[in-house]
Amino acid sequence: MYRYDEFDQKAVDERVVQFSGQVARRLSGELTEDEFKPLRLMNGLYLQLHAYMLRVAIPYGTLSSKQLRMLAHIARKYDKDYAHFTTRQNLQYNWPKLADVPAILADLATVEMHAIQTSGNCIRNVTSDHFAGASADEVDDPRIWSEIIRQWSTFHPEFSYLPRKFKIAVTAAPRDRAAIKVHDIGIIIRRDAAEVLAFDVYVGGGQGRTPLIGHMIGEAVPAEDLLAYLEATMRVYNQYGRRDNIYKARIKILVHQIGADEMRRQVAVEFAEVKAQGALALPQVEIDRIAAYFASPAFETLKDKSPTTANHAFGVWLENNVAKHKVPGYAIVTVSLKPIGGIPGDASAAQMDMVASLAETYSFDEVRVSHEQNLVLAHVRQRDLLSVWQQLDAAGLATANYGLITDIIACPGLDYCDLANARSINIAQAISTRFANQDRQREIGELKLKISGCINACGHHHVGHIGILGVDKKGVEFYQITLGGSGDENASVGEILGPAFGEADVPDAIETLIGVYFAQRSPGERFLDTYRRVGIQPFREKLYATH
Amino acid sequence: MPLIKNAAFTENQFVHVADGEALPQGNVIVSLKRWQAERAGLVTRNAPLGVRLNSDQSAEALAGDVHHFAVIEIDFPKFRDGRGFSSARVLRQRLAYTGEIRAVGDVLRDQWLFMKRCGVDVFEVRPGTRLEDFRSALAEQTVFYQRSSDLHRSIFEHRHAATPPY
Repeated sequence: MYRYDEFDQKAVDERVVQFSGQVARRLSGELTEDEFKPLRLMNGLYLQLHAYMLRVAIPYGTLSSKQLRMLAHIARKYDKDYAHFTTRQNLQYNWPKLADVPAILADLATVEMHAIQTSGNCIRNVTSDHFAGASADEVDDPRIWSEIIRQWSTFHPEFSYLPRKFKIAVTAAPRDRAAIKVHDIGIIIRRDAAEVLAFDVYVGGGQGRTPLIGHMIGEAVPAEDLLAYLEATMRVYNQYGRRDNIYKARIKILVHQIGADEMRRQVAVEFAEVKAQGALALPQVEIDRIAAYFASPAFETLKDKSPTTANHAFGVWLENNVAKHKVPGYAIVTVSLKPIGGIPGDASAAQMDMVASLAETYSFDEVRVSHEQNLVLAHVRQRDLLSVWQQLDAAGLATANYGLITDIIACPGLDYCDLANARSINIAQAISTRFANQDRQREIGELKLKISGCINACGHHHVGHIGILGVDKKGVEFYQITLGGSGDENASVGEILGPAFGEADVPDAIETLIGVYFAQRSPGERFLDTYRRVGIQPFREKLYATH
Repeated sequence: MPLIKNAAFTENQFVHVADGEALPQGNVIVSLKRWQAERAGLVTRNAPLGVRLNSDQSAEALAGDVHHFAVIEIDFPKFRDGRGFSSARVLRQRLAYTGEIRAVGDVLRDQWLFMKRCGVDVFEVRPGTRLEDFRSALAEQTVFYQRSSDLHRSIFEHRHAATPPY
């Protein structure tokens, strides 16, 4: 994985000093909360319902064991012994004290980490495929390009006061595991007929209040021009994105209003100008330098040999949570952070330490955070799978539900978040408990259920096969259900079923939807496939006839 | 409002003239609208001329004309409105403007460095601002990932340069 050189380290160290000064000015009263707000937001520090919340950047979701141990240490020392992994591959501490934040950032800087640009109207942490470097279907390691974009976008002098926040995601596989089409900019890396890397740039996707799928604006942008193309896109957005209404300020609204063709034209004009200046052309020597950090680890020459087992629980976990690796004899392990009845994405300090140790011993010292709020050990020898499972199981981390109905994405919701209209965690827990039965979950098969506590859609409900949105009706929490969303390469936005349900009725409603799926499905169909074939009507009729 | 140039306070040598008002003798700053309407007359005056860009006015509107101006003023009506950062870069890098760029309006201490990097060289600051604050704000970061209007070598370039970085 990437390691800081003296420049990267200096940039982060200087930021720690700078922010310490800003916090001191706030604590002394020299800065008002209003003046402090944009400064703390640029450093990932929010003021939530009950406390400050600090969001730490995990660039493209890749961590070393040492880094994960530091995250555990901070949870133990400054917080309540746990932390929350987010849908943007980041980590949140829910209870830090303002006076401690400079010390936390200083601790993070010792392991090449920071909270820079994890909030505010700037280019946020770049996200990517959590199976990068391990999956056979990728054409290049997308983290090379994510790291290049991370560096270019860090402290960008022109793009730190954008109309609104800006999220970039990168994939290099035809199977999109990074939901790139619902990002402000989504990049698909592919190889052209001559096997040369080409970058397709999708612009204007997003969720929130107005969910939209991105349009391909830049086709086959060459590697050396990637940053110039991104800079051109950002400049068009910075100048012409709406600033009169916070709800219409994302780039997706600009693209929607002027149309994809006009956006393409404006970016092309700007791109020609930026390119003419030449300063953003990426030198091959720098691409090579960064790529070297993502070279494959020293895999042994092994043969594929899946463990055979009489242990039912291990067998189920193997089937669900272990994916094929590009190298024979290795496997990709998903560590579920979705225990039955638990809080999606939460991990205790002890659990983080445990996963760090496993990564060190069994996975070339590397951990991934997925946008689905799980952890991944990307390079485990197949013959080590039993040991890994046993240790995960002992730590309560071997829930065999990857991709199943209890592998729920949920935002923190009204339990923590200042923006939320309703709780999310309670609904996740109720559904998880209702569908706890392993055999039943497997019979249902792949089902992506995603819950957001407000229209901002941090829980990605728009792209859930089943999406649940919490709303507030005169002080009472209600939940609106959507069907048919998907964040993959065939991205789609879910359709609203009908009137919302009260908290207590949600598990029954989901049960009814699953019943319709069972009744309608053809052999081999996932829930989403059946929905796409039969449409929403059978689900709607049954649901509102029953309730 | 006080102005800072080259890390020192400087006298404002220019007078703002509203659109309907008669032009006085001497150095004036006019709106973009007035510049566009009275261009022929303005270019024949024998005093340095300035123009003001509101945040919703693109610097491209001055393409081909920048040599007429001693000052281009960019307004930041709210500190959250970051359009002026792009205007400054376009003026410096695309239109090759070498005169003064002033940032005026609602500007935060912590934006000065970004503004300087984008090409601003004169800053309108709140009364009571201390020069040492200004200097330290500009010194808080010394390494940059991007080449911008200030032409600082980027980190990408430093890594492969023969000469020492600092």
